[in-house]
Amino acid sequence: MAAEVGKLSKNLLRMKFMQRTLDAETKKQLEEDEKKIISDEHWYLDLPELKEKESYIIEERSFLPCEDFLYGRMSFKGFNTEVEKLMTQLNSRTKTEEIVEEGTMDVDVSDEEMARRYESLVGTIKKKFTKKRNQKELKEEGEDENCNIRSSKVQKVFLKPQD
Amino acid sequence: MSAVSIEDAVGQIVLPGDVLVLSTQSRDAPLSLSGPSTSNRPRVVCGPGLMRQEDDLLVNKCGLLRHRDPAIYWVDSQQKRYVPVKGDHVIGIVTTKSGDIFKVDVGGSEQASLSYLAFEGATKKNRPNVKVGDLVYGQFIVANKDMEPEMACIDSSGKANGKGVIGQDGLMLKVSLGLVRKLLIPQNDIVQELMNIFPMEVVIGMNGRIWVKAKTVQQTLIVANLLEACEYLTAEQRKHVFSKFSDNVI
Repeated sequence: MAAEVGKLSKNLLRMKFMQRTLDAETKKQLEEDEKKIISDEHWYLDLPELKEKESYIIEERSFLPCEDFLYGRMSFKGFNTEVEKLMTQLNSRTKTEEIVEEGTMDVDVSDEEMARRYESLVGTIKKKFTKKRNQKELKEEGEDENCNIRSSKVQKVFLKPQD
Repeated sequence: MSAVSIEDAVGQIVLPGDVLVLSTQSRDAPLSLSGPSTSNRPRVVCGPGLMRQEDDLLVNKCGLLRHRDPAIYWVDSQQKRYVPVKGDHVIGIVTTKSGDIFKVDVGGSEQASLSYLAFEGATKKNRPNVKVGDLVYGQFIVANKDMEPEMACIDSSGKANGKGVIGQDGLMLKVSLGLVRKLLIPQNDIVQELMNIFPMEVVIGMNGRIWVKAKTVQQTLIVANLLEACEYLTAEQRKHVFSKFSDNVI
């Protein structure tokens, strides 16, 4: 008892406001004690490590991916024309090839004609959207191509007036 | 029941409890240096009636085992009880209107909910004109065993595409789920023969409900009876019956 007189108890030392007074050694000891308690409380299962398996079986509760079902609304002999249109549209996935053939069969405008038309169209539209100043440039460029002379492209910038 | 190889069981009758062993060909694939890789194994899809049991498939419905390339297996069974499945198109009957949802009877264990906003062109101000007792053709957007199923009459892009309230008159009948699936298979005989009888409209729901409408009540009834009879007729008998009606009209 006599030896302990003047020494503060361990629990008191652990309190927050006493932390400053703790010397290094006791601090270490306290930490070790705490670690011991924690590691004793933690226990683990002695099992082999679980391996993640790649599942290659997919469970599916619906019949839809199994069978290519038709669309559920049907109309025959022109009873409901809207539904008939829908039918051909939605059931076409199964017979896309036929439709592709149909697409090439009746063409009013040939691809070449279309391309030619667009070519000229691009020019006129371009003209429409360029400003007058640029239009002139455009024309010049055209001439240049014919004469093989390249005009030096000078960007128009504001010049600072000199005093 | 002992385990059977799945290739042998295709087209055969399977019973609940049967174990189907997947082919081991790919399992004994040549050893690669990078270790046992399972990536070269084909992905197997097991449809309704089959369950995964470790590396094999366990049957939980009785019927014929079907197969489609590359590796899709399912059991074609006869049943009348409909279990809602996400993505299925069904015919439902509106039973109650409560606030902003309709309750729809689809033949499952629980009524499905259908929001009034899930119709084409519906807004908060512009409510769809749906009354109690109306038939709606819709699609399940939520369906699992723990939750109330939810339907919608529009697709993800907001288009109805034929879904919504089905016209006022006409006749709804109930058939087995197997017959419905038979009717929906592309290029099936029944529909091919049906389209030659009269002008008419049919809506087929995956829940075993069929709605028929023809020009007259008599014709509607004929079609309804024909469809009901298809369940138990052989192909020859059916052809005979159908030819009788197509003759009548012409």
